[in-house]
Amino acid sequence: MAGTAVRGRLTWQVATVTSVVDETASVRTIELQTPDWAGHQAGQHLDVRLTAEDGYRAERSYSIASAPGEPVALTVERLEDGEVSPYLTEELRPGDELEIRGPIGGYFVWDGDDSATPLMLVAGGSGVVPFRSVLRHRSLLGSTVPVRLLYSARSLADVIYRDELDRQGAGVEVIYTLTRQQPAGWTGHRGRVDKTMLEEVAWPPDQEALAYVCGPTPFVETVASSLVNLSYPAQRVKTERFGGIGGN
Amino acid sequence: MDDLDGNAIGGLLMEIFGVEMTTAIGTCVHCGATGPVAETAVYLRGPGAVMRCPVCTQVLMVVVSRQDMHCVDLQGLESLAPAGEAA
Repeated sequence: MAGTAVRGRLTWQVATVTSVVDETASVRTIELQTPDWAGHQAGQHLDVRLTAEDGYRAERSYSIASAPGEPVALTVERLEDGEVSPYLTEELRPGDELEIRGPIGGYFVWDGDDSATPLMLVAGGSGVVPFRSVLRHRSLLGSTVPVRLLYSARSLADVIYRDELDRQGAGVEVIYTLTRQQPAGWTGHRGRVDKTMLEEVAWPPDQEALAYVCGPTPFVETVASSLVNLSYPAQRVKTERFGGIGGN
Repeated sequence: MDDLDGNAIGGLLMEIFGVEMTTAIGTCVHCGATGPVAETAVYLRGPGAVMRCPVCTQVLMVVVSRQDMHCVDLQGLESLAPAGEAA
């Protein structure tokens, strides 16, 4: 196919920060007022653009942390060498303006309609962000879709949304695995997610679960291939990788 | 900086093509593999975005942006069709 150059149609808009909430020592949720927002689906993203005084611009894509119908919220992890995340997590205050565009994406979304199908959500670190949108959407819909969330974090202090995840109602099981540090008396899973852990935790293949896997690239590769090894059809395993850069 | 996937350039592709593209189905010109853009490997560390085939790792697409202009090279794609449209 021949190369081409065209002008864009997805437009940037200015959102206003309405609140910032620290989730962990390095993770913050930013709620936005968006005057011109078409509405989003659970699992979609938006792009954030920062412009320096000299005109230099940096863009990053972040998962939307809020459910469809709720004010747009982002949850951002601070990366020490990041260009964008230190500003979002340390400098941004309520009342500040932020350039965004979205919603973006149609692949890693849950529309809430798949009512007979259990969901298997697997999150590594801040890969849990889109699942907060999914869980809230499920709750707001009054959906009874059974959900298991397997969430891998370094330590309990690194678990994002812990209060909210621990308050989930009937039909939602949240299973943590702590990879680096476990509190005294921890009886939950330890270590990285692998095939053995998934065999124990994930819905059996005969449940025809729909799986969503979000996290750092090596995490997603391991989990997705393990699920396929456990007889999940590849097209029932949706993946989203955010590498090591300032996404999610 | 690890590789990402096609979800990471959903905004860029929507800006260029005007429609949601992470669910678009592409066919690799090198090996014939077919799948959604979201499942391709994407590298943003260079001066542009490079999309590679998740099966044979050959280059499918390169997008280089300068101000509001995007140069899009699709030579690695046999076809690229938004979801619901025939290739």
